[in-house]
Amino acid sequence: MKIKRSKTMKISILKPFFMTIVVCSLGFWGGSASAENLKVALAAEPTSMDPHYQNLTINNSFATQVYNALVLQDVNQNLIPGLATSWEPFDDNTWEFKLRAGVKFHNGASFSAEDVIASMERAANVPNSPSSFATFTKGKSFEVVDDLTLHISTEKPNPFIPNDMSRVSIIDSAFVDATTEDFNTGVASFGTGPYKLNKWLPSDLIEISRNDDYWGDAVEWDSITIKPIKDGTTRTAALIAGDVDFIERVAPADLPNLESRAGISVFKSVSNRMLYLTLHMTDNPIKPFVTDSAGNPITSPFQDVRMRKAVSLAINRQAIADRVMDGLSTPAGQFSPEGYIGYSNNLKADPYDPDRAKELIAAAGYADGFKLTIHGPAGRYTNDTRILEAIAQMLSRVGIDTSVETMPASVFFKRFASGGVDNKPEFTAAVSGYANGSGEPSHPLRIFIHTRQKERGYGPGNRNGYSNVDVDKLIEDGRSSMDIAKGEKAFIEATDIAMKEYALVPIHHEIATWAAREGITYELGALDSTFLHFIRSQE
Amino acid sequence: MLTFAIKRIMQSVVVLFVMSLIVFSMVNLIGDPVDMLVNPESLPEEIDRVRQDFGLDQPVHIQYWKFLAGAMSGDLGNSFIFGRPALTLIIERFPATLELATSALIIAIIVGLPLGIYAGLNPDGWGARIIMGGSVLGISIPTFWLGLMMIIVFSVLLGWLPVSGRGETANFLGIESSIFTLDGLRHLIMPAFNLALFKISVVIRLARAGVEEVMALDFIKFARARGLSSQRIVRSHLLPNILIPIITVLAIEFGTLIAFATVTESVFAWPGLGKLVIDAIVNLDRPIVVAYLLFVVTLFLVLNLIVDIIYAALDPRVRLQGDDL
Repeated sequence: MKIKRSKTMKISILKPFFMTIVVCSLGFWGGSASAENLKVALAAEPTSMDPHYQNLTINNSFATQVYNALVLQDVNQNLIPGLATSWEPFDDNTWEFKLRAGVKFHNGASFSAEDVIASMERAANVPNSPSSFATFTKGKSFEVVDDLTLHISTEKPNPFIPNDMSRVSIIDSAFVDATTEDFNTGVASFGTGPYKLNKWLPSDLIEISRNDDYWGDAVEWDSITIKPIKDGTTRTAALIAGDVDFIERVAPADLPNLESRAGISVFKSVSNRMLYLTLHMTDNPIKPFVTDSAGNPITSPFQDVRMRKAVSLAINRQAIADRVMDGLSTPAGQFSPEGYIGYSNNLKADPYDPDRAKELIAAAGYADGFKLTIHGPAGRYTNDTRILEAIAQMLSRVGIDTSVETMPASVFFKRFASGGVDNKPEFTAAVSGYANGSGEPSHPLRIFIHTRQKERGYGPGNRNGYSNVDVDKLIEDGRSSMDIAKGEKAFIEATDIAMKEYALVPIHHEIATWAAREGITYELGALDSTFLHFIRSQE
Repeated sequence: MLTFAIKRIMQSVVVLFVMSLIVFSMVNLIGDPVDMLVNPESLPEEIDRVRQDFGLDQPVHIQYWKFLAGAMSGDLGNSFIFGRPALTLIIERFPATLELATSALIIAIIVGLPLGIYAGLNPDGWGARIIMGGSVLGISIPTFWLGLMMIIVFSVLLGWLPVSGRGETANFLGIESSIFTLDGLRHLIMPAFNLALFKISVVIRLARAGVEEVMALDFIKFARARGLSSQRIVRSHLLPNILIPIITVLAIEFGTLIAFATVTESVFAWPGLGKLVIDAIVNLDRPIVVAYLLFVVTLFLVLNLIVDIIYAALDPRVRLQGDDL
């Protein structure tokens, strides 16, 4: 019962908020919005128009425009009703989803539970998929109760079925056997989303137009033309020249210019993309990246929590934000930015305290210093190389003689994951990034914090050997309890413990940017990818 | 003549084979595509599935053998990222690049040739100095920077031309190209000039050197002695003689225009081959990288072959040497 209440509460809190949007957009509707085409330049384009082809951020965010999932996510990844109007636990292992009545696909077909079954079947089995959606359907059985009621069961209690259901786009069951090519060419690309797909010219443009029969809030633009412009400066120029109305990812160097320019509005929002430093914390194996002053490899000093804390205190996060990131980051003390799922009020970004860091290092017995090499990708995250260099300087200042080695992302991630002996992670200290794509709070804990247990799907990103039985238990208990509120508490507790033990050293959350010509607004949230239906015109 | 051509073609096949071996093994040394493709949140069996589906669980020599077997039947493998045949993707993007490269080549000739000839005919004039100075700039200015400057001047400040992308295309005589629409031309002009600038400089220098060399030769003196007008000398006697080396060089340069339009395509978001291959390199889409490099090698081989055959037809000495091989 408890759960039911908490769910309904969430929805009832959101409802008035939605009503305002409906009213606002309707109010504007009478004005000048009709027959308008919006031109948008994005930094990347989807690899396919098939919503089940690849689980990739850009594909997923674009798919939300043409398709709906049973459950949708708002700007902060809270779950909101989509093609399902409500969902609640039916018994310990089963969720009941009530589906929305009267929804039509773009081709006129009516939506029913059969379409969900077909979509789940197809999503798990797309040939040649470079990253399939099977992750979200595996181990679940789907049962059609009636046209608009669906039961989803798992062998063990799974509180995250609604989250998983927010990841899979629903297609018309007539296209269950359609190929990816059929979706790319528009033969099968009929969703229930706010926009219809008109055409896709790969690497040239995507054109979508308003779905007038959309079940939700009508979107504003008659049509949107999306151009992929990879180069940041070219994107900015396209906006200033009036070629496009809206761009994402303003190049940091162009930002001051755009902000001071008349007729252009800039939007900034703290995103859930976190940059972190990971420190190897077991004695096995001895890696060549930590040596004594004579150059002989030694066991990782970061087995000692004091050393990890010292590293964190030695990093001047504010300086990185101000000087390296041009203000486009905010110091982080945990996975989530404030106001986002899984955020713990007990954790703040560590202050810059080099004196305390030196004390800790001395207390841990490394007063004489040692040599360290930190690794990271070049060109994967904003200013990644410069951040690494800054961190190295800061660590050197407290007595850890640090050098930097960067490499292309394609090389880095392989070595990061399995470049060492026995295909173990290679590096002692490395900088990488993470963004929660799922909207469920245990996501980072399962991937980075839980003891690495490959066969159980735990700790695939845990590359430093962090392991704490209590934390593992909290994570596992939370993930198997249908009581969502209780689970969230367990996750926050696990986060608190893990972050105080520096399972990772968070550096910062990136600040995502967008810019538009005057008169256009964008609804900001914790996601750095662009959702076209959040682009609106000002009243 | 025929034996010469056949020999050259055989050589080309060997070159292609060796290239495929080098490219394939080099590409396989770098990183692991699975790390780049599979979403980190996926279940562990998903990683294994992708590795198997893409044949990456096999040893490199087996992968290469499979690739070679496929290549014999014209199948260079499927793109990891797009899930479509790599060759199809390249052929799809090729027209946009071809159109850009052809326009750049035409611009290079139309602009470079008259300037070069002028500079050659009046080597000590102010005009020639400005032209030659300009050609040094044209060779030394980075394409990337110049592209951005062009965008800032012509699109942002003056507002004359669109910043990026390919404009509308139209079908003319079965060819789908943006050359046939006004919108398309407006989109094409900046990237084409950007790409052409280096070649303009090359043509200017070649033309000037040619003119200076030919003008000193006896037949020009005789033509003058016959009382022909300067215009007629330039048109009928000078031009045909300086064109041979220029065309030879440009034929090969045309290959580089297509192969290395990458920078220009990135700056102007031109939907051609360059963008495809850059993304493929970054994301370790090996089949695309391999297919692209083999495509470029083939292109150079064909261009070289054509040049050699023309040479052989024109110059018996080349043919004789060929027979010795």
